[in-house]
Amino acid sequence: MALADIKQRPGLLLGAAVVLHVVLISAQVNTASGLPVLQVVTFGAFAELQRLVTSGIAGIQGLWAGYVDLRGVRDENAALRQALQALQVRLQEERALAQRAEDLRQLLELRQRAELDTTAAEIIAGSASPEFRTVTIDKGTADGLQADMAVLSPAGVVGRLILPSRRAAKVQLLIDRNAAAGAIIERSRAQGVVVGFGPGELRMDYVSATADVKAGDLVVTSGIDGIYPKGFVIGTVESVDRGTATYHEVRVRPAVDFSRLEEVLVVLTPPPARDPAEAADRP
Amino acid sequence: MKLAVSALAIAAALALQTTLTAFVRGTAALDFVLIVVVYLALTSGPVTGLVMGGVAGLLQDSLSSGVMGVGGLAKTLVGYLVGRLGTQFIVTAPLPRFLVFIAATVVHAAVFMGLYVLLGLREFPSPYTTVAWQAVGNAFVGVVGFQVLEWLPGFRARRQWRRTARR
Repeated sequence: MALADIKQRPGLLLGAAVVLHVVLISAQVNTASGLPVLQVVTFGAFAELQRLVTSGIAGIQGLWAGYVDLRGVRDENAALRQALQALQVRLQEERALAQRAEDLRQLLELRQRAELDTTAAEIIAGSASPEFRTVTIDKGTADGLQADMAVLSPAGVVGRLILPSRRAAKVQLLIDRNAAAGAIIERSRAQGVVVGFGPGELRMDYVSATADVKAGDLVVTSGIDGIYPKGFVIGTVESVDRGTATYHEVRVRPAVDFSRLEEVLVVLTPPPARDPAEAADRP
Repeated sequence: MKLAVSALAIAAALALQTTLTAFVRGTAALDFVLIVVVYLALTSGPVTGLVMGGVAGLLQDSLSSGVMGVGGLAKTLVGYLVGRLGTQFIVTAPLPRFLVFIAATVVHAAVFMGLYVLLGLREFPSPYTTVAWQAVGNAFVGVVGFQVLEWLPGFRARRQWRRTARR
């Protein structure tokens, strides 16, 4: 009787649903600490489904690579051999340059950066909503992962870990509108904060109008946010709008192609502890 | 039974959303869950639309990094409004359906982004192009999906009729 009655009055049901949602949103906005239990449980359960789907896709891709994509392998092999030889020569050059840089570093008595302990993880799913830029990786708390760990790729900074479950974890990409990282212009050492800005773009905020910034400058992590290790590539400056304001408007092109991510590295080493005064200034 | 099929459709849309966006370029802007909610609302009415919209939105929220309930509320409203629209007007041809999908995406984006901006949690500088592309993409996928789903039972019936005619 009650169900039929409700079906006759959809407006009433809508009102109830709206009120419920508003209460739910209000509860979260007012509470500053902790992750919602529902979010963790749903994410953990759904990660298993995503793992299953990814395994299926990987199986199909394996079949494709094994049986269909073998055409032209010999030519490709020859081309790869040539590329390898060229790269070996390049490696020798790079090694010599690295040695030179190392000598210079020691000469200048720069503080040696601690080696990072990382673990590789595979991306098993993308974002559940187009408004957010997140990915799910196949490692979680069982592998020693924790919230706020930095996630990197060979090209540069990927994002940070925001929701770890036992066997999977959610990574907030740097291009998400809620993401931010302390950054510096490598050439001029001008500081700022890189934030997600629109689809696949980054913006560097709080760069002083007097700072020396130009298109093509490399933007790297500053390490002051306590999440990302210092000196990792974020991207390159695409444009600088000097305007008349106190700060430059700096657009940054990310170094990482977020649409082609397959594997990432999670930094297990916690960033060095900072003094409380510095922590208070954290963006 | 209908409820189970609807729930299954939502789960499939979520799986498609998380899988395709990770492996196929250019699909990140599409909202498959919204497409399914609009489909359910048009075919089953405002009550199913708002209930399924609410459930789907909450699930999507819990799998995203945003505030739980914002997507739920947006999809609840879209489900209800599209359901009402479906009961008031004849929305069976591709063009009206295309327009409904466009309008649903725009309303969803307005509520979703509006709430975030109202609460001071996020900024959406110049979102018009993104929303426009998402609306067109959702509408295209939605209309094609509608046509395919409607074509399938007819195809089965025609095949059965041909077999009977041969005998």
